[in-house]
Order: sequence, then C-alpha cells, then structure tokens
Amino acid sequence: MKRDVLWRIEETVMRVLMIGATALALGCLALILGAVVWKGLPAMSLAMVTQCPQGGYYTGAGGGILNAILGSLYLAVGATLVALVLGLPIALYLQLYAGRSRLIEFVRLALDVLWGIPSIVYGAFGFGLMLLIGLRASLLGGIIALSLVELPIMCRAIEEVLKMVPFELTESAYALGTTRWEVAWKVVVRQALPGITSAILLAFGRGIGDAASVLFTAGYTDHLPTSPLRPVASLPLAVFFQLATPFPSVQQRAYASALVLTAIVLIISVLARLASTRLSRFVVK
Amino acid sequence: MGAAVLVLLISAGLLVRAWPILRSQPLKELLLGRTWHPMQGAFGFWPFIVGTLWVTAMAMAIAVPLCTLSAIYLAEYAAPGVGRVVKPLMDLLAGIPSVVYGLWGVLVVVPLIREHVGPWMDRHLGHIAFFSTSANPTGYGVLAGGTVLAVMVFPIIVSVMEEVFRSVPDGLREAALALGVTRWIMVRKVLLRRAFPGVIAAVVLGFSRALGETMAVLMVVGNVPQVPRSLFDAAYPLTALIANNYGEMMSVPLYDAALMAAGLLLLLVVLGFNLLAQLVLKRMGKVA
Repeated sequence: MKRDVLWRIEETVMRVLMIGATALALGCLALILGAVVWKGLPAMSLAMVTQCPQGGYYTGAGGGILNAILGSLYLAVGATLVALVLGLPIALYLQLYAGRSRLIEFVRLALDVLWGIPSIVYGAFGFGLMLLIGLRASLLGGIIALSLVELPIMCRAIEEVLKMVPFELTESAYALGTTRWEVAWKVVVRQALPGITSAILLAFGRGIGDAASVLFTAGYTDHLPTSPLRPVASLPLAVFFQLATPFPSVQQRAYASALVLTAIVLIISVLARLASTRLSRFVVK
Repeated sequence: MGAAVLVLLISAGLLVRAWPILRSQPLKELLLGRTWHPMQGAFGFWPFIVGTLWVTAMAMAIAVPLCTLSAIYLAEYAAPGVGRVVKPLMDLLAGIPSVVYGLWGVLVVVPLIREHVGPWMDRHLGHIAFFSTSANPTGYGVLAGGTVLAVMVFPIIVSVMEEVFRSVPDGLREAALALGVTRWIMVRKVLLRRAFPGVIAAVVLGFSRALGETMAVLMVVGNVPQVPRSLFDAAYPLTALIANNYGEMMSVPLYDAALMAAGLLLLLVVLGFNLLAQLVLKRMGKVA
C-alpha cells in the first residue's frame, strides 16, 4: 500500500518535471523571438531595408543593410540550387535504385556524418579549396561552401519525403513496363513534389542563417553584389559585425538586422509547412 | 557515392592544408601545449581544446536532463494534439539562425548571469573556485556559452530521443503496465533501460553538434585563451579560434596551417562521435 502511494507521488512529480522541461524549451523560443522583436522593431526603418551602407555607416552614419539582405538571398538561392541539383539525384538513387546493399548503408552513413560536420569546418575547407583554384572571397566561393552545408540537409529531407510515396504507386508504374528513370522522374518526384518543395525551403532557411561557412568564403562588402567573383555581404555577418562595434546606434542596427533575418527564416518555415500541407491535394492519396 | 567521397575529400583537403604545421611541430606539443603565440611560432591548442570541452560539457549538463524529460513526455504522455503543436515549434527553434541565438545570449543570458546568477552563486558558493565569479564578473563565459548552446541543441536531441522511445515495442510497455505499475515506473524500469543505447546516441549527436557550433558561442563565451577554472570564466573554443583569426592569418607563417589543423581536429572528433552514434542508432533500429 505504501509503495503504491510513493509511486503515485513519483508519477506526479515526474509528470510536472516533464511538462516543465518542454515548457521551458518553448519558453526559450518565445524569449528569443520576443527579444529580437522587442529590440529590433524600434531600430527598424525603411532606410534599413532599402539602402546600402553609406560612408561612416559603422560609426553611426546613414544607410541600411540592403547589401546584406540581397547578398544573403543570392548566396542562399545559389547554394540551394546547387544542393538541389546534387541532392535530388542522391536521394532518388538511395531510395529507388539501390536496395539495401552494404554500399548504400555506407553512403547513408556518410550522409549522416556530413550532416554533423560543423559549418565552420565547411567554411575552412571551402576556403582551402578556393586558395587551391585561385579564387578569392566571393559570391561563388560562398555558394560553394554553403551548398556543402545544405547538401546533407537537403538529401535527408528529400529522402524522408520519398519514403512516404506509396509502395503501390511505384509498383503499378513498374507493372506498366516503365523504366526506373521514368518511375523516378514522372511518378515519384511528382508525387513527392509538395514534400520536396518543403525540403528545398528547409535547406534554404538553414542556408540563409548560416554564418560560419560564409565568414571567409564570401567575405563582406558594403556594395551590392554585381559579379559572382566579387565579395558579397550576408545578413548573419551583418548582425555579427554591427553588434561588435562599440557604438550603440550601430548595435541597434544589428538588432534590426537580426529581426529581418529572423523574419525571413520564420516566413520560410511557414511556407515550408504550407507547401507540405496545401500542395498535397495535388497528389494521389 | 558522392557523399562518401566528399567526407574523404574534406578530410584530405584539411590534412593537406594543415600538413606544414603537423610536420614542423610534434603532435604532443600541438595538442597539449599551453601557449598560443603564433608570432613566436608557439601553437598550443590545449586552452582551446579545454575551452571547447568546458562549454560543450556545460551545455550537455543543462540540456540532457531536460531533453530526456521532454522526449519522454512527447513520446509517452502527450496527447497527439500536443505533439502537433509542439513539433512545429521545436522545428522553429531548430531553424533559428545561430547569430540570432548569439544575439539573444548577449541581450538576455549574459545580463542575467552578470546581474543575478553570478552574484548569487558567488555569495553562496564563492569559496569553491568552480562557482567563483571573481576572475570574470562580466557574464561572458562558460555558463553563458553553455546555456545558449543547450537551447540550440535541445530540439535536435529531443527529436532523436523521441524517435528512439517510439521504436521500443509496445509489448514491453503493456507487459509492464499489466503488472500494475504506474506509467512513470514503466518508463524508468523498462523504457529507459531498453532505450538506453539510443538515448546515449542522441546525447552524443547533440554533443557533436554543440562542439561544432561557432557563431553563437563566439558571441557570448568571452574568448580569452586560458584554461577555465570556474563556471563564470571566459573560455576560447576551437571554433571561435578559427572564426576569429581567419582574416589576419595569412601574414604569419604556419598560422593558416594551424587553423586548418584546428578544423581537422574538430572534424575528426565530430566524425568519430557521429559514426558511433549512427552505428548505435542503426543497430537499435534493427533490434527493435
């Protein structure tokens, strides 16, 4: 009887702790978003998002972070395209062409390992690679490093989606005498398109927020990107550099830049969710 | 196949770039040396390695108990509706850029530690060196870095753990519950035991993630190349070392090779941990 009571107490205590732990994590999310909005909104202005930094910007003169916003978009779009072009075939191959051979297990393991490699290591590797081919910090270099970061994220997300394609669908296509390529391209990719769209957006969202990989590979500049061989600014680095200045008015702009970055990431993540739910009415259930 | 080649290529690339320093200095000197004076040719990674370990260990000490509780809740207790709300929010947490985490650390966590946590700990436990703020009362330090990292790895660890718990067969749960124990006792005596390797794997994954995180840590950890003695001391992790010095390294001989060696070291450690965790998870998947 006594043990019974102890169990009940333990049950209640643990249940409270468990809910508390989950609530704490969500509370941190609210705190982060709250802090960014609360600090960023007062520093926000039209000039921030429509102008490039003017002379003396980093000591408090006028201007905005249009260079970083556009730079980040260029970098992330480029890297996402590269990652998609490389990642989609890898995922299709793993899911459709290869059975459960030892080699496939190995490739999958390699992908998981790639997923875990820190982005600063990709940045350092990308930089080494650029030195090797005589490329300086540039949009192109940033795209290369960033696509390495995005590739495993993209592969993993697409593979998850491909797994959901009903077995019967591919089987009936095969029964009609199609080749694997036709099944992959005309049936599976089409069926999985909503999920693939959301995987692309997921990788894009990760890419646009990643700072460590573009730190040396993309450089930083106050000008708009004009050529793939010129350095390019990015939002995460804009936050970082502006926060590192000793001037409060410039630090304010770091808050505003963080708000812009967070807003982009949030919008992307909502779009990703919408893509996987809204677009799913176009697929075979 | 490309993926596997890429892993090798990255390791090889870093090794080639790091080769000059690996050849000119004995490995022991490099890893255990305590002085970092690139100008004089002294490249001791020890303070940075210890700094990385301190911050990461701090993060895990905070995150692991909370993550385990949260994952058990989500896998075993929560109604499906709760999961549908919590999951997207966790994904959101995972998707927040690291500089934004860093900014949050600077705006919220560091002041909190400087104004409240630090003084309180120092007053009550200050005689123990581990809790003393006397060396560094600024708030920028191991605890701030660990706290920010803990929040960052939370969604990753929880999602892996939740999957691990869900892979435990229902028969085991039902057998335990049929004996008349409460649900938590079932979790403690059956679920956690069965899922133990997977839980460890999830922790290792989170650990290696935390190890490689750069920007957020860099912004709150203080960046003083020393071996920390207290929770509140500043540290200087390997990732921050690479990020902070890449700009000016080209002018000093061997400097870039040293930083590449730091990158290689990070890569190897993360690679090892990841392989271990993935192998355990795969095996678990086959057993369950």
